Amino acid sequence: MLDDFFTRALVAGIGVALVAGPLGCFVVWRRLAYFGDTLSHAALLGVALAFLFEANVTIAVFAVSLLVALSLLALRRSGSIASDTLLGLLSHSALAIGLVALSFMASVRIDLMGYLFGDILAVSRLDILQIWLGGAAVLAVLALIWRPFFAATVSEEIASGEGLSPRRTELVFIVLMAGVVAMALKIVGALLVTALLLIPAATARRFAPNPEMMAVLAALIGALAVILGLYGSLSFDTPSGPSIVVAALILFIGSQLKFPANRNAPPPADMKDASR
Amino acid sequence: MMKFGSHSPSRTPHPLPTQTFGEGDAPLVSLRGAGVYRSGRWLLRGMDLDVAPREIVTLIGPNGAGKSTTVKMALGILAPDEGSAERKASLRVGYVPQKFAIDRTLPLTVERFMRLTQRLTGDEIAEALARTGVSHLSRTQAGNLSGGEFQRVALARAIARKPDLLVLDEPVQGVDLGGEVALYELIQAIRTEIGCAVLLVSHDLHLVMAATDRVLCLNGHVCCHGAPRAVAAMPEYRSLFGARAAEALAVYEHDHDHVHLPDGQIAYGNEEQAPAAAHGGVDACGHDHRRGVHTLSHEPGAPAHAHAHGTGATGETRVGAREETGHAR
Repeated sequence: MLDDFFTRALVAGIGVALVAGPLGCFVVWRRLAYFGDTLSHAALLGVALAFLFEANVTIAVFAVSLLVALSLLALRRSGSIASDTLLGLLSHSALAIGLVALSFMASVRIDLMGYLFGDILAVSRLDILQIWLGGAAVLAVLALIWRPFFAATVSEEIASGEGLSPRRTELVFIVLMAGVVAMALKIVGALLVTALLLIPAATARRFAPNPEMMAVLAALIGALAVILGLYGSLSFDTPSGPSIVVAALILFIGSQLKFPANRNAPPPADMKDASR
Repeated sequence: MMKFGSHSPSRTPHPLPTQTFGEGDAPLVSLRGAGVYRSGRWLLRGMDLDVAPREIVTLIGPNGAGKSTTVKMALGILAPDEGSAERKASLRVGYVPQKFAIDRTLPLTVERFMRLTQRLTGDEIAEALARTGVSHLSRTQAGNLSGGEFQRVALARAIARKPDLLVLDEPVQGVDLGGEVALYELIQAIRTEIGCAVLLVSHDLHLVMAATDRVLCLNGHVCCHGAPRAVAAMPEYRSLFGARAAEALAVYEHDHDHVHLPDGQIAYGNEEQAPAAAHGGVDACGHDHRRGVHTLSHEPGAPAHAHAHGTGATGETRVGAREETGHAR
């Protein structure tokens, strides 16, 4: 069944989307969009280092993303530079170092485009195994930290005051994010990883009355975007990674249409602060 | 060093009907000489605080006095930079932070919000919401509630945990005056029902008066403390809040058996309860204020604190510093 490259692409893409959706919800709730971007740019440095030291690309990307995320956390807690400045600094430095490092390796020919925009049609059985096993591990850990981490998302003060450990769960979450970036790199590429995290979660917001429902919906919407995107890419001969993101965007736009009958739905996310 | 530990927990026998459990009299939380230092200055120094089981302690003081900082140290959210902050082992806390609101980007029904930090049965949720009078809101999105509704929901969440210690940081924000009095009476009733201690932050002594056992008046340090009536009579209190605050207090005392709701109805409140008087007279103030150098200021928005008393310990004087600096990340 996995003989066909298109089937392999579908299985891998759906696997990544199922994990990216629930994690993406936290990216939306905690306003971590630029954090996701920073991790994915750092991923390119990971790719470069993997080639330099002939290491496994996924593991190198995971390690570098994790390192960048942890430095961000440390710098932010020490605190005299604004978060967005730190994000930009780390993101672009990692990207620049990665590109410089790649240029030193004249002997190795790397398909940079493949890492920038993904190469889902080239996934191997090993990639699929990595994605589904890694993805299951990520979701299992996320389920374990779900209640304290969501509580800290609503109010760090309550979580901390009532004896949950917000800082510990935040660390765990960062490890999970680095893992998802490493998995998603091959599917949609460094430039579009954040889209796979953000767009399905933002789409799910419209229909979800509670956080758990939003996580499940985000996973399903992400999977649907992968299916639609891949078939679209096949029919119109378009690049597959960007096609998946375009499909996700179309689903998002559809979710924002007004349905007059649905009066009990929660307000769209972009109405926030309207009353404050 | 200021010492005012004269209020030893063993001396707090509250005449409450529900005094059925005996966890002993060890304080639930205990601050000793605790201080928080941020950005080159002390937000709060020399803070001593014990909260005994079933006791209602109120912290009052102007903006930036260190009320929220004290609460956060007591709960372990902030670590003190000097002194110590201890909590009873496995202390169960129900916490309503200051200026707390739910972001509308979060899909969160009131019912799910109730289960934020622990599992609860449907009955427990319904009971707590009913207790604070917001049962009808259980399926509403928490981000869509009005200020007053949300305060009641937040209180319901905190009490649904059956806490040993209920911590309420300015719980009346967004609540109108009649609602404020009702809310304080509710807090007092809840204390009696579930037998929890309450640590309350307020800037309004006269409103919390009927409900509270002990008041600490803060302004970067403990200015004065004691039973509410005694504190209201202290010169330190008057210098912080102005003579008008004390007058307003008198008015409220004569009128405390009922409140007029905005719609013209009259709500009867609790009778003045024994605990307010139980501690008797004025606890000795542990440090000397040079009286007469305080400016009287009770205007909202006026510089919070323009007086220049030496604290003896540090000589620090803080003018209108904002509380928010306490939780800068």
